[in-house]
Amino acid sequence: MPVVGTNVPRKDAAEKVTGSAKYVDDLAFPGMLHARTIRSTIARGRIRDVRLPFDRAGYTVVDYRDIPGRNAVALIEDDQPLLVEREIRHVAEPIVLLAHQDRDALLRARVEIECEPLEAIFDPQQSVQVLKDLRIVKGDVDAALARTDVIVEGEYRTGHQEQLYIEPNGVIAVPENGGITVYGSLQCPFYVHKALRIALGFPADRIRVVQTETGGGFGGKEEYPSVIAAHAALLALKSKRPVKLVYDRLEDMLATTKRHPSIVRHRTGVTRDGDLVAMDIDVLMDGGAYVTLSPVVLSRGAIHAAGPYRCDHVRIAARAVATNTPPNGAFRGFGAPQTQFALEVHMERIAETLGMDPARFRELNALRPGDTTATGQRVEADCSALQVLEQAAQRSDFHAKRERYAGTNRGIGLALFFHGAGFTGSGEVTLASRAALATSERGVRILVGSAEIGQGTRTMHAQIVADSLGIPYDDVETALPDTSSVPDSGPTVASRTCMVVGGILQRCAEELRARIGDLHPAEHFRRHGPTVVTKQYEPPHGIRWDDDTYRGDAYATYAWACDVAEVEMDPDTYEIRPIHFTAVQDIGKAIHPTLVAGQIEGGTAQGIGYALLEEVVMRDGAMANAQMTNYLVPTTLDTPTMDVVIVETPSHHGPFGAKGVGEMPIDGPAPAIVNAIRHLGLDIRQIPATPERIAEAACVSV
Amino acid sequence: MRTAAASLDLVRPRSVDDALRSIADDPSLAPIAGCTDVFVGLNAGTFAGTRFLDLWPLEELREIGIRNGAISIGALATHTAIQESPAVVSRVPILAAACREIGGAQIQNRGTLGGNVANGSPAGDTLPVLAVAEAVVVLRSATQERRIPFTSFFTGYRQTVRRPDELIVAFELPPLDQVQWFRKVGTRAAQAISKVVMAVVGGERPRVAVGSVAPTVIRCTRTEAALAGGATFDEASRIVESEVQPIDDLRSTADYRRRVCGNLLRRFGTETQR
Amino acid sequence: MRLRVNGREMEVDAPPMTRLLDVLRIHCELPGTKEGCGEGECGACTVLLDGEPVCACLVPAAHAESAEVTTIEGLGGEHPLQRAFAEHGAAQCGICTPGMIMAALALPPSPTLDDVRVALAGNICRCTGYHAIYRAILRA
Repeated sequence: MPVVGTNVPRKDAAEKVTGSAKYVDDLAFPGMLHARTIRSTIARGRIRDVRLPFDRAGYTVVDYRDIPGRNAVALIEDDQPLLVEREIRHVAEPIVLLAHQDRDALLRARVEIECEPLEAIFDPQQSVQVLKDLRIVKGDVDAALARTDVIVEGEYRTGHQEQLYIEPNGVIAVPENGGITVYGSLQCPFYVHKALRIALGFPADRIRVVQTETGGGFGGKEEYPSVIAAHAALLALKSKRPVKLVYDRLEDMLATTKRHPSIVRHRTGVTRDGDLVAMDIDVLMDGGAYVTLSPVVLSRGAIHAAGPYRCDHVRIAARAVATNTPPNGAFRGFGAPQTQFALEVHMERIAETLGMDPARFRELNALRPGDTTATGQRVEADCSALQVLEQAAQRSDFHAKRERYAGTNRGIGLALFFHGAGFTGSGEVTLASRAALATSERGVRILVGSAEIGQGTRTMHAQIVADSLGIPYDDVETALPDTSSVPDSGPTVASRTCMVVGGILQRCAEELRARIGDLHPAEHFRRHGPTVVTKQYEPPHGIRWDDDTYRGDAYATYAWACDVAEVEMDPDTYEIRPIHFTAVQDIGKAIHPTLVAGQIEGGTAQGIGYALLEEVVMRDGAMANAQMTNYLVPTTLDTPTMDVVIVETPSHHGPFGAKGVGEMPIDGPAPAIVNAIRHLGLDIRQIPATPERIAEAACVSV
Repeated sequence: MRTAAASLDLVRPRSVDDALRSIADDPSLAPIAGCTDVFVGLNAGTFAGTRFLDLWPLEELREIGIRNGAISIGALATHTAIQESPAVVSRVPILAAACREIGGAQIQNRGTLGGNVANGSPAGDTLPVLAVAEAVVVLRSATQERRIPFTSFFTGYRQTVRRPDELIVAFELPPLDQVQWFRKVGTRAAQAISKVVMAVVGGERPRVAVGSVAPTVIRCTRTEAALAGGATFDEASRIVESEVQPIDDLRSTADYRRRVCGNLLRRFGTETQR
Repeated sequence: MRLRVNGREMEVDAPPMTRLLDVLRIHCELPGTKEGCGEGECGACTVLLDGEPVCACLVPAAHAESAEVTTIEGLGGEHPLQRAFAEHGAAQCGICTPGMIMAALALPPSPTLDDVRVALAGNICRCTGYHAIYRAILRA
């Protein structure tokens, strides 16, 4: 019986509900040491002296001089040191590492760091250090703007956002077999593998990275684990003992990556009838102190900046700059939530300027199959922007409520958005991911480096493989993501695990079926021993992308969605309570509807936090509210009822028609909520829309 | 936890008298009960004390009862117990309401009224209620017992009149026949630290207390006098806005807090006076 | 000190101000109780102390002495809440799940949605948006 499209039991459910699933802090190794990171307390400066005024017996101490390979966190650039040598560029930058068998002894050790402070830059608008800039040009924006009657301008701002996975970052490094094995809470085992290779100068086969059960990631365990893994590995190599390095919440919030803050400016020409004529968009992102992933975050942000709309003349100028704050990095949505927030609030303002219904204005301009995006990509038959818009409006009773709520404390707003699945541009071709299937005693074993971080990777992959092979779901197992025994299926990011990796697995299954004939793979295994089929990513036919001009097919395909938010304002406290949320999301095919609904509901809740609550207060370059009591994420009582509608317009690029689902849900809630607040007569252009900002806006109502 | 547990001493008295003797002998002991505040500080490594006096097992300090017409609430009554107490719910429902808004169920099961007061945070949710209820703090030492009006209990930011050898043993709340009102503003719907927390008692002698707007919870005496003198709630709300002394901090701004204080008082008026 | 964990007498050697969380995870080798924040905000370390949900990160070992502690391991694996969490997708990354289930144990029989939302307001889940958790509890 086919299992794709059904709610089979999650592969990891039993262990998670009984508490027997092993997260990194649940593991211990004989002779294991605990570790601690000594960090900078200033945002910029030079180290003059490092003193360790304690008896060092029993302690392992590591600084930059102990790095056998390159002192760099290998990512896009290698400008970020693993341990500061001399120049400090942000607060909480790692300088010295300590390990000791006794945690209390670690707490007692006092390290004195003497620094010469230098002037720091915190405002991205003041920064002259450009980490990446890019332009997307379609048509002739200046000429088109010169001849339009109506031009609407606006500036929109978003703040940092903390991923706040409930399990903080952590790893254990174990010296073994002349090399090092790292167990950790992470999304991308092969990123860590590469970073260790470069930092330690070891050959690939002396490094092994194993993902342990991971208590949430949301992008926050994409690149950062490379840093913490290298730190633990350095201590383990020096002490010749296993070393556990698990951050507490304070350290995790203070030192690890956040979502890039953004300032986006729009200048848009429209006809009086509501046709978009020209879009001039400027995107600025604050990358923090080092390059890390900023170029690709910026790239995705820029490509999504013109939204799911057709417009002949588009110019998007985007740049990411450096400031003296901890590097910002991957977070679900990866630049797209910032730019689509700006666009969707701007679209609302344009509709208002024209005196048009906001849904009607979007309907006029939404992409239809055959239209081209800002990069000139022709969208295919699976473009369903119009359908999701219509369904969301209908399902939420948008127009009737818009009238009914007018003049009350309630407001309703919508946002139309899209999200490209997989790596941007030529990314997937460069990655050249591989996945494999091996016959086993049970049936077949999936071999991928894709991490289960809560989204249901193991379950969803097993469903794809079961149906592609025509065997029961229970006969499909998944190997532990261990770099020594699985192929590199690429990082677990970019809404690519189902569409891209699932697609490779589907091809593996097809070939395995061809090789083993009608036999059940377990039977084939018994008769002939193990058979392994490995396949590599193949770009879909006809996909073209030019990295230099940013023209072409930015993604193989896009998912489409429309959110409707209903909010209520407390007139005394200016608090905005979301009261109901409608999310209509077309993700091609729901391989497992319960998992998909979980992604949409969870991403929406995170987006509601982004819109209303989650404010990183930066003081002198450091997160001043690095505690869960002061950085507020939604609780049960802050999360409204949700009506989730999964639409399935299949894409021929993904297995069984599936596209990406993980990230898109966080693109829509912030603009939908801010547009609902706008319906209350309040002009908000910055998130989070805290009561303090609402109170200010209430002085100058729209 | 950033504090070494092995470095901490815990003195465990068997009775209140035993506890009072211990603290008389060693006034550096920090009394602890439900520990919902102390462990936050220990976890962050910011709590300076290393010696603790454990009051948690002292059952006699948990009682809630009526004495001479007043409700007496033992210092160790938890937020859960207070919400479930018929005496509190019928006489001072705003105290039950304040306890319901402290943390989640886990915190309410452990946190105590005495702890909320002794911790002395200006954002303590029960404090404005105790202030408008004109509660009396019962302090006891090995040699004497004192009754201090709650409004005189705090002398500054986290400073109180409690002497090092004294323990808070109970609170006495006289009967409240007038209309009472409470509102906590914390942005997040649950588990929030107050940005403004206000309690009001109506009637001929109106009382208004606000937390999170000054170094300690305050009674707004000018506002009270204006209301008693027949001021409208619009007038009173302007006075309360000038009477509070909020600051900008991690959680909110002075402007916001001021405006919300005015709005809340106006809301009290519309909800209770018609 | 002696305590009863999941119905079993345990003897552990821990300083009195050790967090109950560490007593359970390290001394009793019951790592099902998770640490998410160490400040009583996330609820991942929720256990029952004499039947009431508490944050084990805010309880000194001394207060568990001669008390009855119940952790996720004490539910076996076939508890209706555990089955419902598994079935309805209420466990995604799973790190909040033990605490969620322990907090849900304190609910009255046949709770309403509002009961559930209030009872779980001290437990943060960053994956699910809570709805799958409500579905699980209401159908358990």
